Amino acid sequence: MALDSKIPNGPIADKWTNYKDHINLVNPANKRNLDIIVVGTGLAGGSAAATLAELGYNVKAFCFQDSPRRAHSIAAQGGINAAKNYKGDGDSVYRLFYDTVKGGDYRAREANVHRLAEVSANIIDQCVAQGVPLAREYGGLLDNRSFGGTLVSRTFYAQGQTGQQLLLGAYSAMNRQIGRGKIKMYNRHEMLDIVIVDGKARGIIARNLITGEIERHSAHAVVIGSGGYGNVFFLSTNAMGSNATAAWKIHKKGAFFANPCYTQIHPTCIPVSGDHQSKLTLMSESLRNDGRIWVPAKLEDAQAIREGKKKATDLSEEERDYFLERRYPAFGNLVPRDVASRAAKERCDAGFGVNKTGEAVYLDFAAAIKRYGTEDAYVKGLDDKDAALVTKLGAAIVKSKYGNLFQMYYKIVDEDPYTTPMMIYPAVHYTMGGTWVDYNLMTTIPGCFSIGESNFSDHGANRLGASALMQGLADGYFVLPYTIGDYLAPDIKMGEISTDLPEFVEAEKAVVDQINKFINNNGTHSVDYFHKKLGKIMWNKVGMARNAKGLTEAIEEIAALREEFYKDVKVPGSAYEFNQELEKATRVADFLELGELFAKDALHRNESCGGHFREEYQTEEGEALRDDDNFAYVAAWEYKGKPSDAVLHKEPLNYENIKLVQRSYK
Amino acid sequence: MKLTLKIWRQKNAQDKGGIVEYPIDGIEPDMSFLEMLDVLNEQLINRGEEPVAFDHDCREGICGMCSLFINGEAHGPDRGVTTCQLHMRMFKDGDTIFIEPFRAKAFPVIKDLVVDRSSFDRIQHAGGFISVNTSGNTIDANTIPINKHDADKSFDAAACIGCGACVATCKNSSAMLFVSAKVSQYALLPQGKVEAVDRVLNMVHQMDLEGFGNCTNTGACEIECPKGISLENIARMNREYLAASLKG
Amino acid sequence: MAQSAQLNASILKKVAMALSGIFLITFLALHVTLNFISILSESVFNEVSHFMGYNPLIQYVMQPVLAFGVILHFVMGFILTAQNSAARPIAYAKYNGAANASWSSRNMIISGLVILAFLGLHFYDFWFPELGYKYIAGTAPDATRYYGELVHKFHSPVRTGLYCVSFILLGFHLWHGFASSLQSMGMHNKYSRFLSKVGLWFAVVVPAAFVIIALFHHFNN
Repeated sequence: MALDSKIPNGPIADKWTNYKDHINLVNPANKRNLDIIVVGTGLAGGSAAATLAELGYNVKAFCFQDSPRRAHSIAAQGGINAAKNYKGDGDSVYRLFYDTVKGGDYRAREANVHRLAEVSANIIDQCVAQGVPLAREYGGLLDNRSFGGTLVSRTFYAQGQTGQQLLLGAYSAMNRQIGRGKIKMYNRHEMLDIVIVDGKARGIIARNLITGEIERHSAHAVVIGSGGYGNVFFLSTNAMGSNATAAWKIHKKGAFFANPCYTQIHPTCIPVSGDHQSKLTLMSESLRNDGRIWVPAKLEDAQAIREGKKKATDLSEEERDYFLERRYPAFGNLVPRDVASRAAKERCDAGFGVNKTGEAVYLDFAAAIKRYGTEDAYVKGLDDKDAALVTKLGAAIVKSKYGNLFQMYYKIVDEDPYTTPMMIYPAVHYTMGGTWVDYNLMTTIPGCFSIGESNFSDHGANRLGASALMQGLADGYFVLPYTIGDYLAPDIKMGEISTDLPEFVEAEKAVVDQINKFINNNGTHSVDYFHKKLGKIMWNKVGMARNAKGLTEAIEEIAALREEFYKDVKVPGSAYEFNQELEKATRVADFLELGELFAKDALHRNESCGGHFREEYQTEEGEALRDDDNFAYVAAWEYKGKPSDAVLHKEPLNYENIKLVQRSYK
Repeated sequence: MKLTLKIWRQKNAQDKGGIVEYPIDGIEPDMSFLEMLDVLNEQLINRGEEPVAFDHDCREGICGMCSLFINGEAHGPDRGVTTCQLHMRMFKDGDTIFIEPFRAKAFPVIKDLVVDRSSFDRIQHAGGFISVNTSGNTIDANTIPINKHDADKSFDAAACIGCGACVATCKNSSAMLFVSAKVSQYALLPQGKVEAVDRVLNMVHQMDLEGFGNCTNTGACEIECPKGISLENIARMNREYLAASLKG
Repeated sequence: MAQSAQLNASILKKVAMALSGIFLITFLALHVTLNFISILSESVFNEVSHFMGYNPLIQYVMQPVLAFGVILHFVMGFILTAQNSAARPIAYAKYNGAANASWSSRNMIISGLVILAFLGLHFYDFWFPELGYKYIAGTAPDATRYYGELVHKFHSPVRTGLYCVSFILLGFHLWHGFASSLQSMGMHNKYSRFLSKVGLWFAVVVPAAFVIIALFHHFNN
């Protein structure tokens, strides 16, 4: 099967407008005869559900949480990009497009990214109209800040809770439609399979997580907005419930899975404190504006610190290695996320890590406190030689900028970051890969769409800060509602789809069988036991730096672990009740397959790009080495019975508007 | 650390339920409260017992999914945090810890420590929105300047995570802090003023239907709120409601 | 599709509580002022008491309004309390109310019930005899009897003690009630913060004055 990305012809700046003008529309009277299922209620799913319902479709929305408002988009801190050029600093749709393609290390589809940049400004207008309280200046206009990887100030924000506010905006739009009866909301429901009738997506099988009942739901189209698969690593900044089941189930029924190996590891997370660790907490990237990252220069100092014999503050300037400033003098501590993460790992692997696990580096604000304090003392006409005064003034300024983050750090680690350096370590944060979709955001299953983090389309091999929120809302508010009409136009006279069709019966039976197998398995280990094991394999061999040997081992180990899981997992309780262990079991079963495909994809991609770093492919200085001649394509995998048999399909990436160059941050 | 846990166990909504005691050992002060429960559950599963059901998701204090009434307080003894951000260093070796679900008629127990907070959703359906369609033709975001003071207050109200600690901690199980936060967020913005009268009447009506208690201004909700939502919002909603009643 | 405001809406019930409460607070201010005169001057006290007792505006307009205020406040208080306890059918095994709210705010029903019981005693002591004197026996007005009646009542140490305890509970009730009524009516600004402080002073000074009056007459005679 050849991949058809359905990119419209014409100059890139006109593609979307021309396309919209010519696609099929569904007349308003007919929309009410069409049902659409939306799985997931984050920024993408929530905004899509609300907009589709506004248009007149009957929407059934599903989320596993107890309310759509809790989807993990809510945890995004930093901001959302939009090419508004409110600052007059030369921003434009083209620049946002260019930055996103370059930031993605030239592995994203040009036409999709350009469309994203085009609608970005609409998102801000829409959100403000909905009452999202974005940050403002004293003049009453919207404020912006700048983020990594760009030369303009285009990031809109709401303190450190931008994702929360945008999600609550989408949730409010949903609420209006739920109140009108246009969205039927299924909270605490998990999609466990997709139903395909005559080659088209026509419904899902879902489990009511309260009663355990298995339900059949039919629709004329199914939209998956279930987020990313970072939890394949067990430890990540994802929510505990974030899972790949919906995305994986459609993959198994025919949706190609693209670029699974592109994973973003975020450099500034709070390090693991012990085996009990259940998740990792992100500290906003903005901290790197003022924090300096270092490890001890001498191995014996690092060891003394790990053993608690020395403290960070005991080391003089000469005894410290500010490794990012040393390696990347031009960008220093502000190199992109992938580069900063790898550099920290390199130092820790070499034995310079600073907490008791040896997996942490310092993020030090002493210099910033001194700099701000001296400035402030000068401005206030006080003695800028008085060290205590300078520290006090400087700490107050740092607090005004990062107070909430410092407080969060203090609550978790129980150390005061104003007086002793923070400890940070990279953690899995976002997955750029996902279901393959065409320009219409439709997967290779007709009628099954994938939006937001669950698709692969816009971020290439690495995502820039503040772009995930933009993509989720662009897909849900402004792209899918148009493109889905083109698909649905022929279905207007179809009428309601019966859930008694044999395809539904069959899909339901497969789901029930799997659940019964888990419940009756009577193994010896909990689901978490296997999930943690999978996470260790993924982190050690398919993590920040990968090589052919490790990946080959990982593929075998994951396959073996999967077998052990099915043989030995223990799921207490019964199928027809609220059973959180059963929920985890069905999710981990899918991670155990996805992890293997992930490693397989990483093994096949013999280059380093963005979030995918292969040790064999690096420059002499240890930088990522891309191979545009052989790997400038999207790797879309077709499921053939098990992950190891997956078949690779290539969608070539043609860059007509942007020239491919090597990224350099020296 | 060695602890005695007294946990509410209830098989399902129909079950009567009761407190069950669990001794637990080997808890580290660096663990979060939920990680401590993870350890307990792992032990229970290995012993062939049913693990304790509790709600949780993001584990970074923003999704509002985690709940728990710990030693008589919503989200436990620490301030400004959700249960997932509560750490075991807040307790002493040998402590006895009561762990109960958030209790209110409007928050029925689903299982063990898991409660149904859909009453909050229904209040939002009644008016927690501004009636604007997605169009791509909405006016430019900077067309209406908004006083920064009001915008910041609106944000402070909007920071509510909908966890229900206010209801759980209130001796009357009142939802006024939650509802008023949403009413305030919109009442403070020009975009929200258009529908202000209908919004407050509809949301309060739904709140009353759900069976929450009445606010007696004890202020407990503000203190236990992980996001520090201010009582000022309740006063604002009272005001909005009074004005709306006089109009309609 | 707006709901119209309903009289039984929770917020309006609270406003009714607040308005009647504020009305009773002003009544208390008047009452304590008049009573305090009894410490300063017997004749002036008799004079104002006689005025209050026979002025038609006060007797036939203000007194029914006061009665309505008192009844409304109590009846609403009972209704709200009943609804509030119904809102949590299963109690917590452990509830640390003191961690986040004052005793007085959590126990308005207790202080309120003590005040209600006190009102019963107070009516038995003063209001019923007064009605009997004026309307049943039809005795002619006597502008000099009030001080003596007052002093007579505080002979008993038991009664004086009961009065004092009630006044202390009244203090607790006011400690929360004053500021709470402002909040219920939607006042939350710099003026309400100032008024709340005034309220705390009021909650101390007025009950203290009542206690002083009771003790003064008990020990002075």
